[in-house]
Amino acid sequence: MTIFAACAALLMGLGLFGLITNPQPLRKIVAFNILGSGVFLLFGIVARRGAAAGVGADPVPQALVITGIVVAFAATAMAVALLLRLFADRGDTRLDHESAAGTEPARDDCRPP
Amino acid sequence: MTSALAFDLALAALVLAIATLTIAAREAMSAVISFIAYGLLLSLAWVRLRAPDVALTEAAIGAGVTGLLLLGAAATIGHRQAGAAPPLALMLAAGLACALVASGLAATTLVLLPEPAPTLAPPAMASLATTGLGNPVTAVLFVYRALDTLLEKVVLVLALLGVWSLAPDRVWGGVARLGPDAPPRAMLVFLAQLLPPVGMLIAIYMFWTGADHPGGAFQGGAILAAMWLIVLTARLADMPATSHPGLRLLVLAGPMLFAAIGFAGWALADAFLAYPEGYAKPLIILAEAGLTLSIAATLACLVAGPATRTPPP
Repeated sequence: MTIFAACAALLMGLGLFGLITNPQPLRKIVAFNILGSGVFLLFGIVARRGAAAGVGADPVPQALVITGIVVAFAATAMAVALLLRLFADRGDTRLDHESAAGTEPARDDCRPP
Repeated sequence: MTSALAFDLALAALVLAIATLTIAAREAMSAVISFIAYGLLLSLAWVRLRAPDVALTEAAIGAGVTGLLLLGAAATIGHRQAGAAPPLALMLAAGLACALVASGLAATTLVLLPEPAPTLAPPAMASLATTGLGNPVTAVLFVYRALDTLLEKVVLVLALLGVWSLAPDRVWGGVARLGPDAPPRAMLVFLAQLLPPVGMLIAIYMFWTGADHPGGAFQGGAILAAMWLIVLTARLADMPATSHPGLRLLVLAGPMLFAAIGFAGWALADAFLAYPEGYAKPLIILAEAGLTLSIAATLACLVAGPATRTPPP
């Protein structure tokens, strides 16, 4: 259990590092998921420590994590859809300001059908 | 050193190594592929933590469905990703800060967690008999904290609303694109014909057994979604338009059924989402059946993304 506790802490650190340093938005989304899974693993440690009454792990944190995984997926799907829309309009996925000032985004939505 | 300890050490080292690979990979595509391997290994860690329900969810949703979503995104934009790496000084500062955060968290998890550990397992198990269920995790999800589960379904529907809203106006209500434009390979078509009957059986079993054993609506729904997605990717069936009333009904049916059962609890029992005595298990199975179908449809639509083509006439 202590092994996975250390593992969870390191995963959170790794995910945070990727989220800060990686310039590509898609890689930031992946790093965010690693950060999240580290947090979930921490819940797993708390659940395992709460083993009692004949069950191997406290069911309440387990249920929270199951809910959390599904919500994390929903957030990831939303982020990926936003990113793909940005890519479809601009032709790249840069988030920095210079590229935004240099190119006019394709505003196809504003044209009458 | 016992063999279990050696296994845990090796597993934790492997999980960390693959996570590092995912963060450090040069190409977005290789990062996503490592991420899928990472999710599958992490689900083994969940088995070791005696949480098989979470392990199934992590493997099906965390690695499988999320992996498919990210693979699609990486295939579309992977090689066109711009952006230079930040300067070395910033990398070092970020590395230092993250190492500090990680060591602080490690200190908290290893030393500072309260002893004896707080647990809700005894009360959860004590009331388990009144629910008619055998799996305490399902009891938490559908009896003790049913409101959380209902709201989580609403979150999925809201996410789908958000994703669909990103479609440009001219293709509003149209059809989402799934997979590459090239015709599918023979191997994919073969798998798409071979796997779905088996996968659907496993999904139904997973939903049914969830009442008493590890499994449930989420895991079953994710497997069902995977089966639908493989059929769609192999072009054996057409993706329905996002304006299709049947698809919208399928997405909403599960949460609406669950909410209806919840409101019926006001009349038949004494509170919202309370079950009348003796009818808890059948009502939960009914809600779970609807939710499994809705989760499958919602997950598949979230992976497919917003509409990109005009709706067929």
